[in-house]
Amino acid sequence: MKVPIEHYILLSTVLFCIGVMGVLLRRNAIILLMCVEIMLNAVNLLMASFSTYHGDAAGQIFVFFIMVVAAAEVAVGLALIVMIYRNFKTTDINLFNKLKW
Amino acid sequence: MSEYLFYFLAFVSIFAALLVVTAKNPIHSVLFLIVTFFAIAGQYIILNAQFLAIVHIIVYAGAIMVLFLFVLMLLNLNKESEPVKSYLMKGIGVLAGCLLALVMVAALHKSTMSPALGNPNEDIGLVGNLGKVLFKEYVVPFEVSSLLFLSAMIGAVMLGKRDPKIEPVNEITN
Repeated sequence: MKVPIEHYILLSTVLFCIGVMGVLLRRNAIILLMCVEIMLNAVNLLMASFSTYHGDAAGQIFVFFIMVVAAAEVAVGLALIVMIYRNFKTTDINLFNKLKW
Repeated sequence: MSEYLFYFLAFVSIFAALLVVTAKNPIHSVLFLIVTFFAIAGQYIILNAQFLAIVHIIVYAGAIMVLFLFVLMLLNLNKESEPVKSYLMKGIGVLAGCLLALVMVAALHKSTMSPALGNPNEDIGLVGNLGKVLFKEYVVPFEVSSLLFLSAMIGAVMLGKRDPKIEPVNEITN
């Protein structure tokens, strides 16, 4: 408990921004999903550190629920990617611009 | 001791996350993501959240990463086939990420943290205590999450099933 809470916040911020950068930089839809996972994990880490520093178990329960949502999201997202790949033979998101604008 | 471990794990997780974003081969991205997840699990252990660390390893490294690798292998994407964005778009993406980090750090810099409340209970992260909280105060969200899982499972099966009536489109009209 010697590490100040600010360092946990900084670490989470950096991880979250790396995830955002990945979503902006990459074009492969699967790597985009992985970057979303990095962002979710940054938030999870911050929630767990607040929970420990304030002695409140609710934060860790929220982390638990975020993991549930992340697992469901990955399952549905990967099913969508498999279906898109089956129809178009690519996972390049820049080609799927029918819903843009 | 745990301080040095924290900084070491923080360095490992940030470095591996950067490699996830920059790696050309998607398989390497998945492997570096596993490194990131193990570093974050180590952070949970430092934070006395043993149950979260175990669940994190089981769910992320055990289930989600296997799913990612499985899909990558199934779609035969394990090669460097991704077309690169233009340097302008890459520069704008990096700039936007750095600006977001700057805004968050500036907001943190201006704010004051309330000090930790006395000496908090050290073993709230153990399975028994978390289970008591989960099944006493958060029973309804817990049950609703099972519904969420059911609908996600049905959705994944429905999406993944091949419909024989629909002919696959070979050419994408751009």
